[in-house]
Amino acid sequence: MAYDKFTVLKSTAVPLPIENVDTDQIIPARFLKATERVGFGDNLFRDWRYNPDNTPKADFVLNNPVYSGKILVGGKNFGSGSSREHAAWAIYDYGFRCVVSSFFADIFRNNCLNIGVLPVQVSAGFLEKIFNAVFADPQTQLEVNLPEQTITLLATGESESFDISTYKKDNLSNGFDDIDYLQNIKGEIQEFASKLPF
Amino acid sequence: MSKTLFDKVWDSHVVRSIEGGPDVLFIDRHLIHEVTSPVAFLGLKTRGIPVLYPERTFATADHNTPTINQHLPVADPLSANQLKALEENADAYGIRHWGLGHQKNGIVHVVGPENGITQPGATIVCGDSHTSTHGAFGAIAFGIGTSEVEMVLSTQCIMQPKPKKMRINITGSLSKGVTPKDVALFIISKLTTSGATGYFVEYAGEVFENMTMEGRMTVCNLSIEMGARGGMIAPDETTFNYIKGREFTPKGEAWDRAMAYWQTLKTDADATFDKEFTFDGSSIEPMITYGTNPGMGMGISGRIPEAQEVEGGVATYEKSLHYMGFHEGEPMIGKKVDYVFVGSCTNGRIEDFRAFASVVKGKHKADDVTVWLVPGSHVVEEQIKEEGLLDVLTEAGFSLRQPGCSACLAMNDDKVPAGKYAVSTSNRNFEGRQGPGARTMLASPLVAAAAAVTGVVTDPRTLIQ
Ligand code: SF4
Repeated sequence: MAYDKFTVLKSTAVPLPIENVDTDQIIPARFLKATERVGFGDNLFRDWRYNPDNTPKADFVLNNPVYSGKILVGGKNFGSGSSREHAAWAIYDYGFRCVVSSFFADIFRNNCLNIGVLPVQVSAGFLEKIFNAVFADPQTQLEVNLPEQTITLLATGESESFDISTYKKDNLSNGFDDIDYLQNIKGEIQEFASKLPF
Repeated sequence: MSKTLFDKVWDSHVVRSIEGGPDVLFIDRHLIHEVTSPVAFLGLKTRGIPVLYPERTFATADHNTPTINQHLPVADPLSANQLKALEENADAYGIRHWGLGHQKNGIVHVVGPENGITQPGATIVCGDSHTSTHGAFGAIAFGIGTSEVEMVLSTQCIMQPKPKKMRINITGSLSKGVTPKDVALFIISKLTTSGATGYFVEYAGEVFENMTMEGRMTVCNLSIEMGARGGMIAPDETTFNYIKGREFTPKGEAWDRAMAYWQTLKTDADATFDKEFTFDGSSIEPMITYGTNPGMGMGISGRIPEAQEVEGGVATYEKSLHYMGFHEGEPMIGKKVDYVFVGSCTNGRIEDFRAFASVVKGKHKADDVTVWLVPGSHVVEEQIKEEGLLDVLTEAGFSLRQPGCSACLAMNDDKVPAGKYAVSTSNRNFEGRQGPGARTMLASPLVAAAAAVTGVVTDPRTLIQ
């Protein structure tokens, strides 16, 4: 699935300082019944965002007009639980292009990278700084620079670098995905398969 | 160079390694279901590419299926649509499909091993995080996202960096009333839900050596709940006896060749792990969870920990207890139970129903508890009948539903109402997992049975001889 290229993202951020945010919260199972990849953004954080009668919960951050932007900042161990890629789709579809946390669950991180959402892992200390800055001034801007692999609080210039494999970095900057890569080495894969003992 | 079991299986499936990037890993067996595959097939259609090896993919319907009246058309139009999509896609691409009503239908991680699709030394993936179940046979098995499902369909490969390696040893033996589920919940409570993130786990030690295949599957199934990519156990006689003669296992001379290879699948004596833990099996008691992630578990006779005693943020901890309606320092024994769910790919196998029946035999279902007993597959359902367990259950006031994921993720009608308490043998106690507002306590089939006959959280050791 094609997605927009990612290079440098300058944006305000939405803070969600909760730990162990699991994919059942990001998108509850009852919304996984689609056979196409559309409309998942509406159900992002559905049960934290809406009451059972579908009225918005005033105290949830996505319902607070003060906070907006393309960067979601979450607490430690973000995205644990189910392998549903729908969680990453919901985040992308809602309008986020980057998730920042001090720790990500494995499958979720992979899924994000596969669909064009950049997971940025920062130190616990820097995460704290981001939360403080955003709570103090919701208009505060963050810059996520993929080529340089840095994330910066623009108001103060405080910055930290993050890890990403050169392969995934290339993919994101060019809007490529793994299927493009694998299609190109199909011959090699078939050769490999023909030599397997079983 | 000495290698771990994990190294042996992984390395033999690497098609190529990308510098500064992932390995291209060949996948032997691919399992699909109705929820995470439709968009992958749509991707194939959009790109105009075929399925490379359709015979390596197996489809079953489980997540969305009703557990009563399966002979009737599925009422929910969205669920029906997904089931239809799976059937049509399987047909169009020549993939074996065990849909609703098929004799081999059931939960994907139950039917894989049952039919011998799961084998030692294989790489197995599925768009479901509990694919780690299959590691019980010495396979590398893990959950993938829908983009990866599309990769496997189109090229039989995925691209992943090789995880780090962890070994968890449990020595000695287990006490009365302590099951593989308790072993897993105990480990997760020690390591936390993120303690094994980035690792692939090997389980070793006498407790696992003496465990049945069903038990090993339960343990490997829950590996993902501590963040691990997967978990595995070296294949041994127990493994070989289990798989011999099943439909998709090698036969005759091919079996002998496979056996010669499978017997080499053990960690070399001097191989090393990035992390290693050892626990004493006799220190484990029946477990139950009190919070909203599987790491929030405790021995059933204990008290809910104080916020200060647990790792992680106090605010997150308090939010979790508030959701559950529990308080720090309280005992769990005696807490009211409204629902009991026995089933899922964690504890929906024959051994689990044997365990449940052993406790309820000669007793009666508590009046105000709703009990859902959901076998993992038709094969399990048949076995329950053949072994006479159904009679025991019926006499005690219980009935059996039809196979499927059911209340494990509550995509069908089997939802626990908001605010109600459920003792469940499944794998996740996340907020709303079993229905919006539902409160889940994870436990073994023995603990579930004790709750089903008493209506409160009960130590099963007080009910068994
Ligand atoms: S039983 Fe639960 S965990 Fe297992 S495959 Fe079904 S939904 Fe997933």
